[in-house]
Amino acid sequence: MNFILKAWRQKNGNDKGMFVAYSAHDISPDASFLEMLDVLNDELVKKGEEPIAFDHDCREGICGSCGLMINGRAHGPQRGIATCELRMRSFKDGSSIVVEPWRAAAFPVIKDLVVDRSSFDRIMEAGGFISVKTGGSPDANAIPIPKSISEEAMDAAACIGCGACVAACKNSSAMLFVGAKVSHLALLPQGRSERTERVEHMIAQMDEEGFGGCSNTYACEAECPKEISVVHIARLNREYLRAKLV
Amino acid sequence: MTLDSKIPEGPIEKKWDNHRFNLKLVNPANKRKYHIIVVGTGLAGSSAAASLAELGYNITSLCYHESPRRAHSIAAQGGINAPKNYTNDGDSIYRLFYDTVKGGDYRAREANVYRLAQVSGSIIDQCVAQGVPFAREYGGLLDNRSFGGAQVSRTFYARGQTGQQLLLGAYSALCRQINAGTVKFYDRREMLDLVVVDGQARGIIARNLVDGTLEVYPADAVVLATGGYGNTFFLSTMAKASNATAAWRAYKRGAFFANPCFTQIHPTCIPVSGNYQSKLTLMSESLRNDGRIWVPKKKNDTRRAKDIPENERDYYLERLYPSFGNLVPRDVASRRAKEMCDNGYGVGSTGQAVYLDFANAIERNGKEWIKEKYGNLFDIYHEITAEDPYKTPMRIYPAVHYTMGGIWVDYNLMSTVPGLYVLGEANFSDHGANRLGASALMQGLADGYFIIPYTIGDYLASTTFKPVKTDDAAFKDAQADVQKKIEQLISIKGNRTVDDIHRQLGKITWDYVGMARNREGLKRALEEIPKLREEFWQDVKIVGSVESLNNELEKAGRVADFIELGELLAQDALHREESCGGHFREEYQTEEGEAKRDDNNFCNVSAWEFAGEGKKPNLHREQLTFEYVKPSQRSYK
Repeated sequence: MNFILKAWRQKNGNDKGMFVAYSAHDISPDASFLEMLDVLNDELVKKGEEPIAFDHDCREGICGSCGLMINGRAHGPQRGIATCELRMRSFKDGSSIVVEPWRAAAFPVIKDLVVDRSSFDRIMEAGGFISVKTGGSPDANAIPIPKSISEEAMDAAACIGCGACVAACKNSSAMLFVGAKVSHLALLPQGRSERTERVEHMIAQMDEEGFGGCSNTYACEAECPKEISVVHIARLNREYLRAKLV
Repeated sequence: MTLDSKIPEGPIEKKWDNHRFNLKLVNPANKRKYHIIVVGTGLAGSSAAASLAELGYNITSLCYHESPRRAHSIAAQGGINAPKNYTNDGDSIYRLFYDTVKGGDYRAREANVYRLAQVSGSIIDQCVAQGVPFAREYGGLLDNRSFGGAQVSRTFYARGQTGQQLLLGAYSALCRQINAGTVKFYDRREMLDLVVVDGQARGIIARNLVDGTLEVYPADAVVLATGGYGNTFFLSTMAKASNATAAWRAYKRGAFFANPCFTQIHPTCIPVSGNYQSKLTLMSESLRNDGRIWVPKKKNDTRRAKDIPENERDYYLERLYPSFGNLVPRDVASRRAKEMCDNGYGVGSTGQAVYLDFANAIERNGKEWIKEKYGNLFDIYHEITAEDPYKTPMRIYPAVHYTMGGIWVDYNLMSTVPGLYVLGEANFSDHGANRLGASALMQGLADGYFIIPYTIGDYLASTTFKPVKTDDAAFKDAQADVQKKIEQLISIKGNRTVDDIHRQLGKITWDYVGMARNREGLKRALEEIPKLREEFWQDVKIVGSVESLNNELEKAGRVADFIELGELLAQDALHREESCGGHFREEYQTEEGEAKRDDNNFCNVSAWEFAGEGKKPNLHREQLTFEYVKPSQRSYK
């Protein structure tokens, strides 16, 4: 298969950046999107040009490193997968593909398609944990947790922290990311005792990082590679309201 | 130098307790005066950094990822073992210990393995307290499943994402400490050298991957939790950036490298489909609980799976191993798959695959049941191959997955460089020649949560530290060495890309040092790898600058180390004239084609000491003794 790739090139955070067109040819339909970029990069290196920088690692949709805006869609046209899982057979042979980094004030570009998502880490540091020290935990079966609750917590905990929700949102809101963590921990009895501080601190950090608010377009849910539901945003709002009332 | 494993005296079930009592303690008020660097933020690194910080030590944590949560532990699918015996099926600490020693084909230390089994229960308690959403039964209690090589159900899991959930748990503990100011965390930093002062590990040199600056980090002790070296083979289930550079640089500073030839080839991966391929994808071993492995009885059978009638299928694992069937350990399952394919029974377009069939399980329990258990794995498979595993059997083939070898450590997890500790997959300690399923997560977290917090204190309390400064000669020299190497790499300006050379290394190692090895092939590898090394240093092409984010430069440094490590791997495999676990030498097999150990000559750990560039490394041996689990021919029949 052959493609025209319009890729965002930006030397560093201070550079203005621009689109550059490349042709990617003889690509196997079974190749992943990132493997297509590998093939192109290999060619660029051979020509003495700098390859297109992009973040990636596990290449099986779980580490959350990769994240490309492909033809205006976070992680490309398919639902429920990360960029690394996207196969070239999803595109029409000969088509043009526009590739951009996540665009959000809280995710500054480092180079080309690589952005700095450490704002997510700082939100987690603000309260995305249960304060338990190593050792001294009760037996794992001491607190039964209904399967339905545990499954719902797992649905939320499946977030890979890729940032697609932010990139897809017109407000660059991180509510789905924050909601998933707050919801995961608030659902479980272990996480209950800190629920008030947790939601307050995480929301405060989220605002400080410059993420926008939620205006209920659900673009985040549509683009989330783990298909995390906006129900968790609703729970985040309830948790926040509760924290402000108690 | 004689290797002292420091295994405590006494009966096996008392060793760790006695040892913990005998270890010196650091006064709580003094802990903050000690500075420890933890490199890597996977399960072992995150759990160690968090636990040590909770104790009051001053911690610096680094990783080459943009966030601790990206570490490759995240990709572990299947589960984590603990002998809780919640299922009432006869499990115990002793049984887990026994299974692990036997599974490792009697090439692990009994005392280490026993300790691992002992602390594993606390790991589950710890993780649940952190909010890890393990699978539960309808009554609300934790669910367990059986996992490759075990006849009891002792594996805890969180769908097919157990590694992710455990890592996010350890990451949350780390976040809490970063927030408390007890851990200083640096992202996108790659350790490029270990600094040794007066024989003690006193710091590291790391490159800031964003702007290329070489940074110096002094400390009183260094903990490496930097993972395995599976990417030596280029194609593996490891993440693309997983590398052995930190461990290899430590090796060159005096840490012995143990059993490099003990590599694990995982039986259930999606087969290679083309040259563009950048990595292989694992299909969790848990699939073997419900999937049946088969090949056609007829050679070179080109019929589609559904057109091959039941009586013309060979369920070869069930045939060869009636009691374990599809659940035989990984090394056995992998080797048998290779044998079937080599003999012409392979399936798919390349003939390098066998079927993993769920038709029976779907018929027995329904599609929904399978979906709940393995849904995400089926989706991954479908996405990659465009085939629906609910309708047609999966095609699988073995792939490099884990490395049991690593930096040699004693019972305290300290390497041969005083003050340098090595945890998780990066060390060699607990899995012997073959790791059982659901044991890697257990070991990573055991090392980080429950072992290093005790043992490192003993070293700190009993050692005198002279103050070090970043402008001391040892730091300056190490920094200059790293600088020189980077400049050398970038100035070669040859013709071959880093990946191109890496692929070639992968082909050599897979062909000659892969699933089955023989003397002739290993000798060939030992001729070809040094040639490739020479070619690399003359012909590699790296574009871009040193002072910016430069992925090609990062890869080049790692591949340079993989080439050297590949050579040591082949050397170790040639030296070990026996078959055991994942190390299968064709010359040494039983009549039935099983691994044939030589306990008289090789019941030991091979620990290699760096002897200088281009020189043959020195071999040291640590004798292994088995007082409790007597070595026997492993039988899974």
